[in-house]
Amino acid sequence: MVDAHRPALEIQGLTKRFGEKVAVNELQLVVPTGSFYGLVGPNGAGKTTTLSMATGLMRPDSGEIRIHGVNVWESLVEAKRLVGVLSDGVRLFDRLTGAQLVTYAGLLSGMTRDVVAERTADLLALLDLDTAGGTLVVDYSAGMTKKIALACALVHAPSLLVLDEPFESVDPVSSANIRDILDGFVRSGGTVIVSSHAMDLVQRMCDHVAIIAQGRVLAAGTTEEVRAGSTLEDRFVDLVGGRRHGEGPAWLRTSSDSAS
Amino acid sequence: MVAHLVRLRFLILWNGLRRSTWQFVASILGALYGLGLLLLVVVGLVGLSFVPIDLARTLIVIGGSATVLGWVLLPLVATGIDQTVEPSRLGIFPIPLNTLLVALTVSGVLGIAGIVTSIAALATALAWWQYPLAALAAIVCAAIGVLTCVVGSRAVIALSTRIGTGRRFREAKTLIILVPLILLGPLIVGLTEAIERLDDFLPDLALILGFTPVGAIWAVPADIAAGNLGRAGIEFLIAIATLAVLFALWRPALRHALENPTASAPTKAGKDSLGAFARFPATPTGAVAARTLIYWMRDPRYAQSLITVPLIPVLLFFYSSTTDSPALLNATGPIVALLLALSIYADISYDNTAFALHLQTGVRGTADRLGRVIALAIFAVPLTVALTVGTVWFSNTWSALAGLLGISFGLLLSGFAVSSVISGRFALAVPLPGESPFKSRPGGNMTLMLTSFATWGILTLLVLPETILAVIGFITGDAIWGWASLLVGLALGAGLLVVGVRWGGAILDRRGPDLLAQLQAQK
Repeated sequence: MVDAHRPALEIQGLTKRFGEKVAVNELQLVVPTGSFYGLVGPNGAGKTTTLSMATGLMRPDSGEIRIHGVNVWESLVEAKRLVGVLSDGVRLFDRLTGAQLVTYAGLLSGMTRDVVAERTADLLALLDLDTAGGTLVVDYSAGMTKKIALACALVHAPSLLVLDEPFESVDPVSSANIRDILDGFVRSGGTVIVSSHAMDLVQRMCDHVAIIAQGRVLAAGTTEEVRAGSTLEDRFVDLVGGRRHGEGPAWLRTSSDSAS
Repeated sequence: MVAHLVRLRFLILWNGLRRSTWQFVASILGALYGLGLLLLVVVGLVGLSFVPIDLARTLIVIGGSATVLGWVLLPLVATGIDQTVEPSRLGIFPIPLNTLLVALTVSGVLGIAGIVTSIAALATALAWWQYPLAALAAIVCAAIGVLTCVVGSRAVIALSTRIGTGRRFREAKTLIILVPLILLGPLIVGLTEAIERLDDFLPDLALILGFTPVGAIWAVPADIAAGNLGRAGIEFLIAIATLAVLFALWRPALRHALENPTASAPTKAGKDSLGAFARFPATPTGAVAARTLIYWMRDPRYAQSLITVPLIPVLLFFYSSTTDSPALLNATGPIVALLLALSIYADISYDNTAFALHLQTGVRGTADRLGRVIALAIFAVPLTVALTVGTVWFSNTWSALAGLLGISFGLLLSGFAVSSVISGRFALAVPLPGESPFKSRPGGNMTLMLTSFATWGILTLLVLPETILAVIGFITGDAIWGWASLLVGLALGAGLLVVGVRWGGAILDRRGPDLLAQLQAQK
């Protein structure tokens, strides 16, 4: 159903302004089908804005976005069928229980009751949430909330997964489990895009990576190409700049005895 | 340190005002109104110096007691009145407990409510200017009285965080306050009647209050003026003891609150059951309806509208029996229909950014609109019919039934239609998910009010045909008009509902992302 030769996501000349501030500036990005793509950038680089526009949640000022060849802003519903989204900083219907929330997401996508029930049970088990399925999401911890949002993104079996900060405040065990799920998803032909601050994680996990700052792509390609022999973190700091050298003010050193 | 915290308090107040011009204007209007009231109180107190001591005593003691009670009880029902100096927020700073106690007291006195109370309390001295000793005592007592207010309210805040910090408790608390508020009218009328019957009720009340912790301090100057020095002494001791006890209660409670930051226990919602999701059809529309119905039960912002419904007939029954016009009770059905139908006109604003899920899954706008209306209609329609028939039965005015049903159905169906369009088009400044249903959003009141006025106005126009028919029926007593009204109400309402759901759905399909952006700006 999905053409493997077309890129999973293709962004051209994407621009978004908030008043005076240009959040995304003529951004170009191509995410090949079957890749595990990392999006890294400093705070306020435009990652979340770009991903929101790519998934049909925010209207771009200009530019074109295609998901598996489908123009997102011309065929919204068709494009949305292809994508699973985990948004950062968006509320959930948290007065539902975990199981209800995933069921809700599945039914909204137009799936049948039996399929939804089966997948909800699978996803809750997969994400170690089966004991919390009857608890209201409002009472979940931050990490559990991330996981249930991920389950909502996965339930309609998308071919492209767009995950904004999926590992934030998730414990190491769950984080490893989520990575296994995503690896399996990529191996079976799906495409994953994650945005993250954790460079180590992106370097280990992703086969492609793009560094974004001030609304533009500074470097993009396979992880090997982008890090060019160095570590991703060093390359990132080189490209983005703003690293401070020194040990901070003298009073911050505990050996200093000027305790005033 | 104390000066620091007090300055922090004013800084937060000032910065809050600077955030929005409208809020600033509203605050100035509010301040002028408050100053006007304060001036009235001061003038009234001066006036009291020309009436007999007993009357002045009665009024000052009752007024003072009410003030103390207000200070102590208000924080129980309204959470987060004064978040700037909430103990849990100060817990991370290395501030000694005693310093914190003093700082919280001072910042309480210097808050807006504290300043107003202080001025009014000091003004009681004016009532006793003919008795210099009593006036002097009044100044001292004013200081103690204000301290009692502030310390009492702080102690209650600190103690109440100990009793219930759970989400459920908080939510129930905010809803319970609604009942007395709505029934305030009948309560006041009832109380005044009771007072009128007992001619000397107020002086007796004041006498008793003078020996209670809330009223003692305000009775001291009056008794000095009247020459009852012994009684004044006892009352003063009671007041001092009250303040001491409050301090003694507050200190350990504050320490406890600092050491045990609030945390709520998770709630299990039944054994992994899907609830309403299992009973509605497995379509996007059914899913939206199921979700909305669950929210009607679990979200206090929705439950707030539900709680008012049973109170409407009670209110109308009361007014109809006091004004001796039984027909007033018949308005129950239409009023409940109106309230319920318009209760979802801010539905998507209530969802806030959780609405993103609807966008992500690409659910059609009409499915979204229809689902929300179905969930509401499931209980709104039977409830309205039952109340209409019930009130007609009670007032034995069966001839009015058809016309009343016509208006009720008209209001319900047309109201659903209007709500569907409005909530799909506008992001309104409503309380966020999890916030108290009574919290008003900064700067949002104006737009919210304009939108509600517009909504009510439009709805009034839309139900005009069936209303006119029904009214003609009520006046002429001719049954045919009532049946015509019912027919028009059902047909016109159903037609409007189809238009409203389609139109609202189309708006949502077209403007969904823009609406989400507006909601995002609100959070």
